[in-house]
Amino acid sequence: MAHKLPRKDAVIVGLGWTGSILAQELTDAGLDVVAIERGPWRDTATDFPISYAQDEWRYRLQHELFLRPAQATVTFRNNAGQTALPVRNWGAFMLGNGVGGGGLHWNAETFRFLPSDFKLRTHLTERYGASFLPADMTIQDWGVTFDDLEPHYDQFEYLCGTSGTAGNVKGAIQEGGNPFEGARSRPYPTPPQKQGYGHVLFAEAAKQLGYKPFPQPSGNLSQAYTNPLGVKLGQCTFCGFCEWFGCANYSKASPQTTILPVLLRKSNFEARTECEVMRINLDRAGKWATGVTYVDSSGSEWEQPADLVLLCAFQLFNVQLLLLSGIGKPYDPQSGEGQIGRNFTHQTVSTAVGFFDKDKYNFNPFIASGSIGMCIDEFNGDNFDHSQLGFVGGGYIGQVRTNGRPLESTAVPPGTPAWGAKWKQALRDNYLSSVIVGAACHASFQSYRDVYLDLDPTYKDRFGRPLMRMTIDFHDNEIKMSAFLTDKYAEILQKMGAKQIDKKPRKGPYDVTDYQTSHLCGGAIMGDKPDISAVNRYLQSWDVPNLFVQGASAFPQNAGYNPTGTVGALAFWSAKAIRSQYLKNPGPLVHA
Amino acid sequence: MIKGGLPWTPGSADPPPIVTLDGWHFFTPQEAATVEAFVDRLIPPDPETPGGKDCGCAVFIDRQLAGPYGRNEAFYMMGPFQEGTKQQGPQSPLTTAQQYRKALAAFDIACRNKFDGKSFAALSGEQKDDVIRGLEDGSFKLDGFDAKTFFAQILKDTQNGFLADPIYGGNKDLAAWKMIGFPGAHYDYRDWIDRHNQRVTLPVVGINNHPNWSQ
Repeated sequence: MAHKLPRKDAVIVGLGWTGSILAQELTDAGLDVVAIERGPWRDTATDFPISYAQDEWRYRLQHELFLRPAQATVTFRNNAGQTALPVRNWGAFMLGNGVGGGGLHWNAETFRFLPSDFKLRTHLTERYGASFLPADMTIQDWGVTFDDLEPHYDQFEYLCGTSGTAGNVKGAIQEGGNPFEGARSRPYPTPPQKQGYGHVLFAEAAKQLGYKPFPQPSGNLSQAYTNPLGVKLGQCTFCGFCEWFGCANYSKASPQTTILPVLLRKSNFEARTECEVMRINLDRAGKWATGVTYVDSSGSEWEQPADLVLLCAFQLFNVQLLLLSGIGKPYDPQSGEGQIGRNFTHQTVSTAVGFFDKDKYNFNPFIASGSIGMCIDEFNGDNFDHSQLGFVGGGYIGQVRTNGRPLESTAVPPGTPAWGAKWKQALRDNYLSSVIVGAACHASFQSYRDVYLDLDPTYKDRFGRPLMRMTIDFHDNEIKMSAFLTDKYAEILQKMGAKQIDKKPRKGPYDVTDYQTSHLCGGAIMGDKPDISAVNRYLQSWDVPNLFVQGASAFPQNAGYNPTGTVGALAFWSAKAIRSQYLKNPGPLVHA
Repeated sequence: MIKGGLPWTPGSADPPPIVTLDGWHFFTPQEAATVEAFVDRLIPPDPETPGGKDCGCAVFIDRQLAGPYGRNEAFYMMGPFQEGTKQQGPQSPLTTAQQYRKALAAFDIACRNKFDGKSFAALSGEQKDDVIRGLEDGSFKLDGFDAKTFFAQILKDTQNGFLADPIYGGNKDLAAWKMIGFPGAHYDYRDWIDRHNQRVTLPVVGINNHPNWSQ
């Protein structure tokens, strides 16, 4: 029996990036806010100090800062003809847990999507004709434009102190930046990071091939920075223990290094950690949220009433909570009806390993950050003519190598035995002179009728609730695209001087044991009408007006960039709508 | 509950435990002999760099199997259990530690059956390599356990033990990191980022062994 707590103005489910941004904005507006976080409090001095943060086995291989499948997991199948089975140990994606969420351990690659990405179906139909798109591809326009979000991309980048070179300022193309980016109102808050040998060599080769390389926009800062909230970040030291790890230098943008020191001191904010939300509670009519019910670490159940509910958990768990709470209609792939669980997407990534002459090349791969690297955008989005290629979409291609961590840097030339003296010698000969980039081609993942989320019929979590079931496989479009992009990357490696190249384009079937970014998207998508989306352009639930659902669950399909910049921009955009419109007059912000 | 400021509790840091050599925690003496012999073929000694045995790879595996890794503490271990496709990942109801126990027992029997009662450790180098190749391609069958699965597991664990920080029992004296040219647990390369194509001359260090840190 749940104990009922005193009412709050707003309850926030999950204290990661979006939870922290919304909490900061709403407390500024004078609301009394509580955030409920499933995982523990995490902070630099206690969890990843400089004396032991650099432990690859513990943090990268044993996933110590992450959610444990024992605590919560999902089931997976490629198609409806299979029985979905539990993901018993993480592979394809890695889910955060604790205050800071994914923002604590991310690479900090901070991209914006292209203007055309937000109107994808309209744009592609206009350019190539409706019959160019496969009938089962369910991509949509977002209901919001790049220009709507531009001030909020700026807000997120200035919050983080993002290091980069602008490519397009108010329509004027800038030397050294990404010439394809949407027009930004002003340059990045800090200059780009310095680059390593392997990154610079890639950029030189790319230029020789006629491309326009630019430094990857980085939330690992090139210099010390004080953000608009007064929080200070340090200078990145290229430690090479970035993504999967916490930063001991306070130089990786995270909720901890940008918002929480200010937020946690406010008298109108409170966080409860190691508390797991069981469901969002609704009134008798099912059209208004009354708050949430959660279980604390001792197993006691609590009801937290609130006037406003912000669902700020990771994408998968946002969708799961909507389904468990009976909000919206679950998606049925047979009929095509229902919005919750529909348009689930991931990211299409691939690479090629380059082996160079060890007597001429020493890349010192361990000198790197999570967002270091040089990229080209010629093959992203619709930046290139697809009419003869047989696919849509694309991605950035970059030498974005983040580390030389030994356990992850054992790639040896094809044909080398997997063990023994020859393996050992190959490792000795190639570690310093190979180019191993996890996701050199970082590309879009369109949405499809048969790729979706729903509740598993068999497997349960430790509370007896059904796990989220993923039904996902690659379609021809993504396979063709990946082969195309991987070949382009290999050409650049060749130009760099590689003597041997091991191409690894993405191939089906989708493999849940193979890490391919944690950029899971969709399932509660945004749109301009309730019959084609779960939330409106302000991330407000069409079904429950005092519920806003943040994060990448809103993406109708995934573009060829890391999602967090867009997640942050949407959070600020949504927060502005809540503060300037919703709070004055609680109710639907869009009448469709 | 966190309210009014950043939470802080004295002594709440969580440094890693450091493996010490105090006998086997998981392996029986026979299992340890087998695994030490095995890791020394997977990573043979050479004039420059010790092999898997002297680097402590078997110690690494032993300590991991005795702990949360062996117990699959992080895994979802609720049933029902059924085998799926390769893409659906491992679905065994046995923990990693239980699998090693079972596989090593079957492996020992298979070796003794084939080599007139000799255990793996008693075989010649060439015989050992033949057996390992047989596990790798599945031709050296183990009763009740998949040979390829056992091979893949022990290979991965051996390489991880070789290349992880020495606090975990392997990579003894940082031998593996010295071999490849990885300077180790440094955290500040700002003086090196611009020195393209130059060998880094910092001393190789682990989390627990910088000479300055014991003073």
